[in-house]
Amino acid sequence: MSSLRGVINWLTDGAHWRGSDGVVVRSLQHVELSALALAIVVLVSLPIALWLGHVKRGGFLAVNVTNIGRAVPTFAVLTLLALTSLGISNRSVVLALVLFGIPPVLTNAYVGVREVDPQVVEAARGMGMTGFQQLRQVELPLAVPLVLNGIRLAAVQIVATMTIAALVSGPGLGRIIQEGFATQNKPELEAGALLVVVLALCVEGVFAWLQRVVDPVRRARRGGHSHDDGSPQPALGDAASVVGANQHNQA
Amino acid sequence: MNFRTGDCLEANSWICAKFISTRQDQLLSALQEHVTLTVETVAIALAVSLPLAIAVRRGRQARGGLLGLATAVYSVPSLALFGLLVPITGLRPTTVLVGLVLYSLTILIRNVLAGLDSVPAEVVEAARGMGMGRLRILLQVELPLATPSIFAGLRVATVSTVALATIGYLIGEGGLGNLIHEGLTNYFKAEVLTASVLCVLLAIGLDAVLVGLQFLLTPWARRGSRSR
Repeated sequence: MSSLRGVINWLTDGAHWRGSDGVVVRSLQHVELSALALAIVVLVSLPIALWLGHVKRGGFLAVNVTNIGRAVPTFAVLTLLALTSLGISNRSVVLALVLFGIPPVLTNAYVGVREVDPQVVEAARGMGMTGFQQLRQVELPLAVPLVLNGIRLAAVQIVATMTIAALVSGPGLGRIIQEGFATQNKPELEAGALLVVVLALCVEGVFAWLQRVVDPVRRARRGGHSHDDGSPQPALGDAASVVGANQHNQA
Repeated sequence: MNFRTGDCLEANSWICAKFISTRQDQLLSALQEHVTLTVETVAIALAVSLPLAIAVRRGRQARGGLLGLATAVYSVPSLALFGLLVPITGLRPTTVLVGLVLYSLTILIRNVLAGLDSVPAEVVEAARGMGMGRLRILLQVELPLATPSIFAGLRVATVSTVALATIGYLIGEGGLGNLIHEGLTNYFKAEVLTASVLCVLLAIGLDAVLVGLQFLLTPWARRGSRSR
């Protein structure tokens, strides 16, 4: 295919990798700003979501924030930002990324904690655990799969929004695609798309791996059956099925 | 900047009734284009996902493979997906439609499978005991019981499509996105805000239509609202 050769030629041309608008700089911008935004999202929304899930309040808000986030086009928000006095800078782009990263983390972490079997929490209380101890030692470990799922979805959303930022002259890898579209330069836009896809799949892969490695329930099961002595085994099964039920709705 | 008269237009205000009244036709045709694109997208995605999900649901490997592929496609940013489709479908409006259909598919396949999985085995067993064939069980028992899950997917797909379609302006098929882009290049605040708000209202409106449709299609679910 001639278009494949064009893409290879574009990618193997060293001039496209160097300089302030080269692939290297654009990739670093993309990764750095996305990582910063994700860190802010987790720091801001995780404590709120976990606490709301623990006290089982604010469910309406926590669930609907995802629907709202889905209905608002990222392109519209970035364009509106570009026309305000903030303009498009690294700071305002991170603001937009954070706005679109919050909903999945908030909703998933909230549902994860709220759906923990109440009998398990009751048992923890019976053992004399304080509210914070219940959250820290019982609810959070059981909610880890959904919490991580939320963070993964936020990361995917942030990387995608970062790409769209290029349409309003923002930083990041999307600029290569945008320039390709603007000048009808197919090799450039296809090469840019390929680079973004590789980045997105890497992010997805890292989080898929994290989900497998970090889940304390799965780890406990793998590391010998030390839980067979009457600790909350049935509840673990319940939490796992809740996770399965919720995952598809988050798509 | 703009050769228009009137206070809010000259002042480049965010909210401008005069803009809405003078550009009514343009707004309506963009809205119509947006609706058409969204409805086409979701209809095609549903028509593809139903047989696909039914075909793979019993095969463990095919199912896993398809879901993995769906996750991968979903994680690709829309701008990059459109870019990847260009060598296949060209710089034409078709590219936007195909891209949007792919996204909706990733959502719908998951929900159709989850819906079919949620049908209790006893119910299928009872239907078989009544002498129903496989096709009848599928059409009269399984698919109706999967409706809530399928509609949940349709709602997510529809709302996402309305938002994603805006960047179709890159290939001249963005509906309201064309206006947002035009407003950006002309630094015209009222145009950007009006088109953006219309986008969100359209998403809410289409979502409400689907809720109503689901209500009509699932009379048995009306007495108690189950969590699914």
